[in-house]
Amino acid sequence: MSKTQTKDASKIDIKKYDKSFLEKLLEQMILVRRFEEKAGQMYGMKKIGGFCHLYIGQEAVSTGTIAALDLKSDYVLTGYRDHGHALNCGMDPKSLMAELFGKVTGCSRGKGGSMHMFDAEKHMLGGNGIVGGQIPVATGVAFKIKYLGEKGVVLCYFGDGAIHQGAFHESLNLAKIWQLPVVYICENNMFGMGTHFERVSSTSDFAAMGKSYNIQSKQIEGMDVLEVYEGISDLVKSAREKSEPALLEIKTYRYKGHSMSDPAKYRTKEELEAYKKKDPILILIHQMKEEALIDDNKIEELENKAKLLCDEAVEYAEQSEEPPIGTIYEDILV
Amino acid sequence: MSVITYREALRQAIDEEMSRDERVFLLGEEVGQYNGAYKVSMGLLEKYGEERVKDTPITELGFTGLAVGAAMAGLRPICEWMTFNFGILALDQVVNNAAKMRHMSGGQFNVPMVIRGPNGPAEFLSSQHSQSLTAYFTHVPGLKVIAPATPYDAKGLLKSAIRDDNPVIFLEGELMYAWKGEVPDQEYTIPIGEADIKRKGRDVSIVTFSKPLKIVEEAAEELAKEGIDAEVVDLRSLKPLDEKSIYSSVAKTNRCVVVDESWPVNSFGSYVAWLVSKNCFDDLDAPVELVSSEDVPMPYNHSLELAVQPSVEKIMAAAKKVLYI
Repeated sequence: MSKTQTKDASKIDIKKYDKSFLEKLLEQMILVRRFEEKAGQMYGMKKIGGFCHLYIGQEAVSTGTIAALDLKSDYVLTGYRDHGHALNCGMDPKSLMAELFGKVTGCSRGKGGSMHMFDAEKHMLGGNGIVGGQIPVATGVAFKIKYLGEKGVVLCYFGDGAIHQGAFHESLNLAKIWQLPVVYICENNMFGMGTHFERVSSTSDFAAMGKSYNIQSKQIEGMDVLEVYEGISDLVKSAREKSEPALLEIKTYRYKGHSMSDPAKYRTKEELEAYKKKDPILILIHQMKEEALIDDNKIEELENKAKLLCDEAVEYAEQSEEPPIGTIYEDILV
Repeated sequence: MSVITYREALRQAIDEEMSRDERVFLLGEEVGQYNGAYKVSMGLLEKYGEERVKDTPITELGFTGLAVGAAMAGLRPICEWMTFNFGILALDQVVNNAAKMRHMSGGQFNVPMVIRGPNGPAEFLSSQHSQSLTAYFTHVPGLKVIAPATPYDAKGLLKSAIRDDNPVIFLEGELMYAWKGEVPDQEYTIPIGEADIKRKGRDVSIVTFSKPLKIVEEAAEELAKEGIDAEVVDLRSLKPLDEKSIYSSVAKTNRCVVVDESWPVNSFGSYVAWLVSKNCFDDLDAPVELVSSEDVPMPYNHSLELAVQPSVEKIMAAAKKVLYI
C-alpha cells in the first residue's frame, strides 16, 4: 500500500490568496477533468485512436505548478500524459480535441495526436512520447534562457517511470554544472504503467536523487493544489533569480489506467476509492467553502463553462476537415 | 587560394559562423580546454569564451538532447560527437526528437542544429571504434546528412549546415583530418544537396562519398593507365541526394560502380545502387556493382582490417567487371 497521506488542508492558509486566483485554479482543474472525461468518452466511440493517457486525478499538479509561471518568458515540457499541461498553458480545448481526432485544425495538424500537444506561442514545447525523452530537451531550453540572459524558467514534467532513465540523470548533472533555470517535476502517480514504483526504485524518496547532484530537491503531496502551488513557487523564484535547477517530487494518483487500454488490475478498488476521497477538486472546493470564498452557484457556473468548452471542442473537432493526404510530405524539413 | 587541412577547414567554418551569428555555440567532449579530441576546435575557447564553447561530461544522450532543446528555443548549436561510435548512445534524441520535433508539432518548431564528428573506419581500433554508421542517419526522415571528402567541400558545406534551419548530420573521418586541399581565401558556401564531379570520364561512373573518395581517385588514375576513363561522382550530400548528377553521369558512361565503406546490408551505397539500377535501367550496359566493407566487425590486425574495407584493387576490379574486361 502507498504511504501517501493527504496533508491536513488546514495547514494551508487559504485566506492569503485572492478569491479570483482560487477560482481560476478551480476553473482550470474542472476544465482538465471534464476535458479528460470527454476524451475518454470520445475514445470509447472510436473518435480517438492509439494511445490516450488521461490525467484524471493528477489535475492539481499541472494546475498548481503552471499557475506559478509567466508563459511569456517561461516554458513547459512534459511527457505523453500532456493534455492537462496543455490546457493549463492556455491552449484552446478546440485545438486539443481536434488534434485527438487527428484533424488538420489540431495544434499539430493531426500529426501528433494525444502525446504531442505543442503551442509555440504559449511556450508549450510538447508532449513527448519517449519516457524521459523530454528531460534533456527541457534542459536545453533552460540553456537558451541562460545563454541569452533572459529571466525565464523551464518546468520539465515526467513520471516516476522516467526518473531511472539515463536522460534524467545526465540532464540533472548538466543543469547543475551549468546552473540552468529548470525545475524538474517528477509526477509520482505511483505506477510506471502497471509497475508500482517501489518495486523498481532503489529509493522511495526521489528528492534524494536530486540531492545527489547537489540540486535543491523536495518531496510534496500533490492532491491539494495550494500545497502544490506553494511547493513550486519558491523553486521557480530561485530558478529565475539565481539561475539554478531544482527537483520537485509531487506525489499524486491517476484514477484511470496507464492508457485507455489498461484496466488497472494491479491495484485494489479500496486504494482507488481512498484517493478519490482526497480528490484535488473536492479538496479545493472544501477549503474555499470553509472560508465562504465560493458557493454552489459559482461552482455550477464553472462546471457549466467547462462543459460548454468541451462540447464546443468536440463539435469543432467533428466538423473539422481531415488533413489532405498531400500533407504527409509537409512539416518534415524547413 | 590557400592549402589547408580538412581539420583547419572545419575550424575556419565554425569560427566564421560563430563570429557571424551569436546564437551559434559549440558543445561536446573536450571541445574547449583540450581544443578538441582531433583539434578541430583549436583556439575557439580562447576566442569565444566558456559561454559559447562548452566542455560537456561524457553523456552523449544528455548533451545532444540539450542541443535539441536549445535549437527549438532559438539557438544554433554545433554538437560535436568525439566519434559517431559514441553517438549511438544519443540516437534516441536524434531519431525521436531532433528529426521529429517539426513534424510532431505540425511545423511549429524547427531544430537548427549540426551534429558533427568522425564517422567510418580508422586504423588499429578494432570493432567499436572503426565503423561507418552513415545509414543510421540517412534512414531517418527529418534529418539532412552531409559527408564531404575535401577541405574545400568540408568548409563550404559546414557553413551551409550551420545556417540551415534543420538538424544536419555532418560526417567527417578520423583519417581525413590531416588531408590537405585548396580553399579560397575569401568567404564561400556550398549549397547542400549538390554532388560534384571530381573527375570527368567516359567509360564508367564511380559514385562515392566521404573518405573512400581518395581511393576512388587513385583507382581512376590506375584505370586510366590501362586505358579506362572513369568518371568520379562525389555525392557530398546524402540527404537531400543529387540524383540528377548521378543519372546524368550514368547516362553518359552506361556503367556504374558505387563505393561505400559501410557494411553492405541496408547501406547508403546499396540504396544508391538500387536507385541507379531502377532509374537508369535503359542506360545501363551492365548490372551496378557495389564495393563496400565486408559484412563483419572490424578486426584490430592491420592486414585483416584492410582486407575488410574497399581498396584501390577492389574498385578497379569492380570497374573492369561492369566493363566486361
